[in-house]
Amino acid sequence: MNFPILTSLILLPAIGSFFIFFVKFNKNYQSSKYVALFISLANFVLALYLWSIFDNSSSEFQFIEEKKWIQGYFNYKVGIDGISILFIILTTFITPLCIISVNSTVTKRLKDFLIAILLMETLMIGVFCSLDLILFYLFFEGGLIPMFLIIGIWGGERRVYSAFKFFLYTLLGSVLMLVAIITIYWMTGTTDVEKLYQIGIDYNYQKLLWLAFFSSFAVKTPMWPFHTWLPDAHVEAPTAGSVLLAAILLKMAGYGFIRFSLGLFPLASEYFIPLVFTLSLIAIVYTSLVALMQEDMKKLIAYSSVAHMGFVTLGIFTLTQQGLVGSIFQMISHGLISAALFLCVGVVYERMHTRLINKYGGVVSVMPKYAIVFMIFTLGALGLPGTTGFVGEFLILLAAFKKSFLVAIIASLGVIFGAAYMLWLYRRIIFGEIKNADVKKLFDLKKHEIVILWSIAVPSIFFGFYPQPLIVTVDVSVINLLEMYNNNLKTFLVNK
Amino acid sequence: MININLIFPEIFISLSIMFLLIFGVYKKNSSKLVYSLSIISLLIVLALCFNLRTVTEVYLFNESYQIGYLSTFMKILVILSGVFVMSVSLKYLKINNILKIEFPILILSSILGMIVMISSNDLIVFYMGLELQSLSLYVLASFNKDNILSSESGLKYFILSALSSGLLLYGCSLIYGFSGSTNFIQISENIDINQYSLTFGIVFILVGLAFKISAVPFHMWAPDVYQGSPTPVTLFFAILPKVAALTVLIKILYVPFLNLIEQWQMIVIFLSIASMIFGAVAAIGQKNLKRLIAYSSISHMGYTIAGLSTGTNEGIQSSIIYISIYVVMNLGFFCCLLMLKRDGKYYETVEDMSGLSKNHPMLSFSLLLILFSLAGIPPLAGFFAKFYVFMAVIKSEMYFLAITGLLSTVIAAFYYLRIIKIIYFDPEKEKFDTHHNIALKVSLFITTIFILFYFIFPSKLIQIVSKINVI
Repeated sequence: MNFPILTSLILLPAIGSFFIFFVKFNKNYQSSKYVALFISLANFVLALYLWSIFDNSSSEFQFIEEKKWIQGYFNYKVGIDGISILFIILTTFITPLCIISVNSTVTKRLKDFLIAILLMETLMIGVFCSLDLILFYLFFEGGLIPMFLIIGIWGGERRVYSAFKFFLYTLLGSVLMLVAIITIYWMTGTTDVEKLYQIGIDYNYQKLLWLAFFSSFAVKTPMWPFHTWLPDAHVEAPTAGSVLLAAILLKMAGYGFIRFSLGLFPLASEYFIPLVFTLSLIAIVYTSLVALMQEDMKKLIAYSSVAHMGFVTLGIFTLTQQGLVGSIFQMISHGLISAALFLCVGVVYERMHTRLINKYGGVVSVMPKYAIVFMIFTLGALGLPGTTGFVGEFLILLAAFKKSFLVAIIASLGVIFGAAYMLWLYRRIIFGEIKNADVKKLFDLKKHEIVILWSIAVPSIFFGFYPQPLIVTVDVSVINLLEMYNNNLKTFLVNK
Repeated sequence: MININLIFPEIFISLSIMFLLIFGVYKKNSSKLVYSLSIISLLIVLALCFNLRTVTEVYLFNESYQIGYLSTFMKILVILSGVFVMSVSLKYLKINNILKIEFPILILSSILGMIVMISSNDLIVFYMGLELQSLSLYVLASFNKDNILSSESGLKYFILSALSSGLLLYGCSLIYGFSGSTNFIQISENIDINQYSLTFGIVFILVGLAFKISAVPFHMWAPDVYQGSPTPVTLFFAILPKVAALTVLIKILYVPFLNLIEQWQMIVIFLSIASMIFGAVAAIGQKNLKRLIAYSSISHMGYTIAGLSTGTNEGIQSSIIYISIYVVMNLGFFCCLLMLKRDGKYYETVEDMSGLSKNHPMLSFSLLLILFSLAGIPPLAGFFAKFYVFMAVIKSEMYFLAITGLLSTVIAAFYYLRIIKIIYFDPEKEKFDTHHNIALKVSLFITTIFILFYFIFPSKLIQIVSKINVI
């Protein structure tokens, strides 16, 4: 394996964006869209190829590439294991759909938008591939720039406020992580994740370092009470921006929890379990209740994202195989379903130019095809068996029951609330009488919308019935991670 | 026997100043020619300096003058940025009718002063260089003499700078009194660590130098002078004197007074933290871009001296890397500023850039990169500058400094974002001129490329700087 497949995955979109930047297209930039679409599809194919040659049975990092980077300090090191490959596939799968969706949602400065999206893809894949803390930080933070522009230039009315809030909030969370990364470097002499797994980090410092990482991931996840930037950012971002944000950006934090918080600071993770559980449970129950009361569709889905991510953090910190696999599964499923829900909102928003739920009602009679796909995703979001949403939530609750009965009971409340707000949303929009005359003028899904929505619907149902391919991919890596975790804990107890 | 070829740069620049002065006086309407000739002579000086890059450490004139890696690197930085400053500002001077023969000559003599400062190894030589530099700067600040703001800034700078020079000189005399010498090396040999009286001298010198690099609380002159001076002079103020003063700061703190580190370290840390926070907070409300960049440079100086406060070679190296990247970023920013011209008038408030990205996509893309880089967002060059500084700071276990510094980057990010918001999110205004002279375009291109692609080859700069070992 000499072909640098991961680097090509990372670089391909960036090269594409440079190409689009420098090459002059005709006036309306339609052809630049095809170029972007072609590149992102090629990347998706490459990612699928990567999955096909990926060795499920090995717990080692694979396809490692290492190059000298900052003299004497850090190396450029990328590699993947079973956990990261799923996120890479999710990223490469969602990006082309975003690019197709700009057809109708982005009306001004299409070229710049495509550049921003492709750069986002590069940075997001980079996050999931990097095996060096500094490299990870670089990709993790670099994503702020294109996302800031996406929200700020193409967003809604309060886009400036939201863009600033998004940027400053996440930056504030991350700077402490930078301090922690540098501290780790001076303590151990390396920021190579693989080596750090072996060396382990001094127990006396773990708690502080864990908190520093937590501050960054908690803002990005987002966990209650650091979630307030999310509804604003989602509501104001253009559809494609919301999709990227919900489907992938939030997953960076969950991935970070698994890869770094658990992997590097096992002792601190054990110590802070109650904290994470409390915050997750509050997120699940509180934001579900908040979601119930929302009048804005996008805000409702944004709050439901916070609740779903609450399940994810809960699952991760149960520190059991079911919990971790469930969390990863939940992240993938949320990536698909929330992306699809935002796309669904985008479909009616661009026809009616309002996101207020009470302006709708009776959409089913004018848009039957839309009603069907929206139904699928609504059911997916509330975790109906047969959709991916169910598998993730079920595994997480299973693990939670093992850990603590009370936690599981409270978390299950979240499932009920989830069903309540999603079904209520569906009823208010799709069913009922047509009160608003504008609804009558609606027309059903266009061709490209059908393609986007069904191409998400198919995998979310398929993996709901047959989750095996995904689970097999992550299983060995998760078991390995937990083994390492428990060994670390044991040696600490012995030393004590 | 003095090895005269080591001071060829100084000799050459002095000769060309004298020649150009006479030439300019005797030949009528030669200001443009003098201008180009001084750029050429700067380039020759640059080549001469570059020739000395392998000299490790040589002392001249009774050990009062030193040539080494540090001084050569800083000299090259100063002269190179001098070349850039001069080549981008010709058009501005012409349009504002201040293209006189004195301008390039004053710049040259100021650069000569800086070079002497950088190489000095003696308090008297250092002071001489400093005064030569400052005297030229007073005139440069008020060069647009018909403009009331420019005259005001010159006067203000003169009065405050004279005061600080006085303090500095007092500090020098105190040190001479207590240690019996003005030579850096002899001072360090004569120092008695238990003698606290020397601390007075150090404090006075620190105050004087903090004034020159505009560190809080000695920054009061900066915003007014930056705003009032002609833009090329502001650019000059923003980078060159800081590089020179920083070098002297490194030398004074680490050659004679390294053993007294416990006494000056707290002062430097205070200067650093105060500058970082004050610069970030005060810039938020600014409307004039030059004034804003004044505050931003105050906070950047805070990061630079954060590296110095560590007392390690890594710290010094990180400061040097920081200032190098800072120079590039500021150069880029001012190039953009000099492009904001419409019908023979330059615009310099934040509001003037409203919606710039519509009509000038390339210019605003460069500005976008420069501003994010100034804010220190990865993967741009500005992030690495901050990163190296914090690496050094955290290595010395100064967590408080590191965390305050990083939190103030978040505050600072706000006002950079505000400019970006105005450029990209706001409704557009009238078009600016699109024809600029080639030097301006090339400079902007070079700086932008450097900022954008620095992350691919970050080790080159480290390799060069890592040869500088002061301690």
